[in-house]
Amino acid sequence: MDAYIQGIIILTGINLLAVLGLSVLTGFTGLFSFGHAGFMAIGAYVGAIFSSKLGLPFAAAIVAAAAGAGAVSVLIGRLTLKLKGDYFCIATLGFGEAIRLILNNWKWAGGARGWDNLPASVTIWNVLIVDAIAVVLVWNLLNSRHGRNMVAVREEELAAQMAGVNVFRYKMIALFVSAALAGMAGAFMGHYMTYITPKLFNMVKSTDLTIIVIFGGLGSVSGSILGTLLLTALPEIFRAFSQWRLVFYGLAVIVIMVGRPQGLIGGMELTPAGIRKIAAERRAKSALAAAAKAAEQGGEE
Amino acid sequence: MVQFLQQLVNGLSIGSVYALMAVGYSLVYSIMNFSNFAHGAVIMLGAYFGFYSLTLLRLPFGVSFVLAAVGTGLVAVLLERLAYKPLRERRAPFLYFIITAMGASIFIENLVVATIGPTYKTYPAVFGQGPIQLGALSIGRIDLTMFVVSAISLTALMIFIDRTKMGKAIQASAYNMKASALMGINTDRVIIIVFALGGALAGVAGVLFGMKYLVYPQIGNITNKSFIAAVFGGLGSLPGALIGSVLLALIETFVSGYLSSQYRDLIGFVILIAMLVVRPTGIMGKSAEDKA
Repeated sequence: MDAYIQGIIILTGINLLAVLGLSVLTGFTGLFSFGHAGFMAIGAYVGAIFSSKLGLPFAAAIVAAAAGAGAVSVLIGRLTLKLKGDYFCIATLGFGEAIRLILNNWKWAGGARGWDNLPASVTIWNVLIVDAIAVVLVWNLLNSRHGRNMVAVREEELAAQMAGVNVFRYKMIALFVSAALAGMAGAFMGHYMTYITPKLFNMVKSTDLTIIVIFGGLGSVSGSILGTLLLTALPEIFRAFSQWRLVFYGLAVIVIMVGRPQGLIGGMELTPAGIRKIAAERRAKSALAAAAKAAEQGGEE
Repeated sequence: MVQFLQQLVNGLSIGSVYALMAVGYSLVYSIMNFSNFAHGAVIMLGAYFGFYSLTLLRLPFGVSFVLAAVGTGLVAVLLERLAYKPLRERRAPFLYFIITAMGASIFIENLVVATIGPTYKTYPAVFGQGPIQLGALSIGRIDLTMFVVSAISLTALMIFIDRTKMGKAIQASAYNMKASALMGINTDRVIIIVFALGGALAGVAGVLFGMKYLVYPQIGNITNKSFIAAVFGGLGSLPGALIGSVLLALIETFVSGYLSSQYRDLIGFVILIAMLVVRPTGIMGKSAEDKA
């Protein structure tokens, strides 16, 4: 396969890992993070320590990256998950930037210059296999009792609490899952580019991930997958317009929020059952409209 | 002792511009109850407006300030009308407002990159060279201007909010939007005025930052400081934003003066997280309801 095409597939696969995690957090639990690039950074650096300094195999580096980012997320979650709305957003923003600045000053890991000569362990196959595992795990989590509890927290926190859902615990689970996946994505990124710098994991990266989740549609795993495919691959294809790419990107976000807040396929899933459900709702809607029309005409006569 | 006073002066001058940003941002927050993350993009536009009215139109310094403030005020109102108003009418959850603001910020920033270009621009030297000596203290002319212009702008805003009918309407709407509307306040107009004021302050801050540093499309990132300052002082409280800004700037200058400038930005975020954990309502925040 063409090396360029392979590169796009690998990048899309890496982004997908991080987006899947964020989909659990933002799409299903309703927490909005501006700092997930921070978790990617932790994963990337932990992974680099395991493979480059300790000389352990890539698989161990990936597991350690997920565990490292997950462990930090538990600490951060303890501190910030009690906060609501804007306060949580600003706290995550602060966390992400703080991680980046700490790495900037960490001479042992290269500081602001970055860390190079990481082993190039990422292949199209290990990315796709890990993606597949992640999709299955996330899908099963969201379709379990736990997933339904997360949606309850998103929809109405107080009511969920009253109904006996441990709101804090489910927010924590969502944050942990999203951080671990982001950490894994960070380690994959490092071992694909063989080079990491703190700058890679700035706020723009965090926002990018969130926008993909929103573009695909909140509360939809297939939407997040579709969003990742479109928003990672399309810019590569339209490279010639790279200057205007982000202009349209920003505009698209506004237009989606104002005109189509459910994103591409928010709240729906592109599975046989999901499609049948959508089709049934459409039919019911048109039948209802037809009945209303008939009643109206009947009234006129 | 001299070094201490010098740091104090530096901190006050930068803190006054932080206050311009943070008060504008807090003003919008107090009415709309969402974090306007597009505030930084408006500040960046202010820096460019000021730059071009000084270089291209060759306008005098004072006029450039006014022009930049009017320009960014208009941009902020336009943003409200086109992007936030449809969401308000739909009663969309705050998440959608934040995401829209983020989109607007990306849009404006990259529009500037695509049209004007990503290069750094330097403001023409408006003032004479060399700092003003005050005993052993030396005060930069730009630093002095930053402080004076910010103080004038903030005083004007305070008089407007305290003394005029519209100001009272803003206070009432910040307290309770629904009740204010029932009392006959045109809340839609209040929102327009608030965005115009916040935008104008952002414009002035943009020109000041442009003068102090350089002009470039990412200069709006400096707004992160105003988010920290606003949370520090109590989100939505104007005096809180002012105090938070000055404190943050003082802490930053003392850290970079006595410890290391590398930790200057880090300390802000550490304070932010510490504040959120210990006292999320900030120094001046009152209502703990629904915030923490």
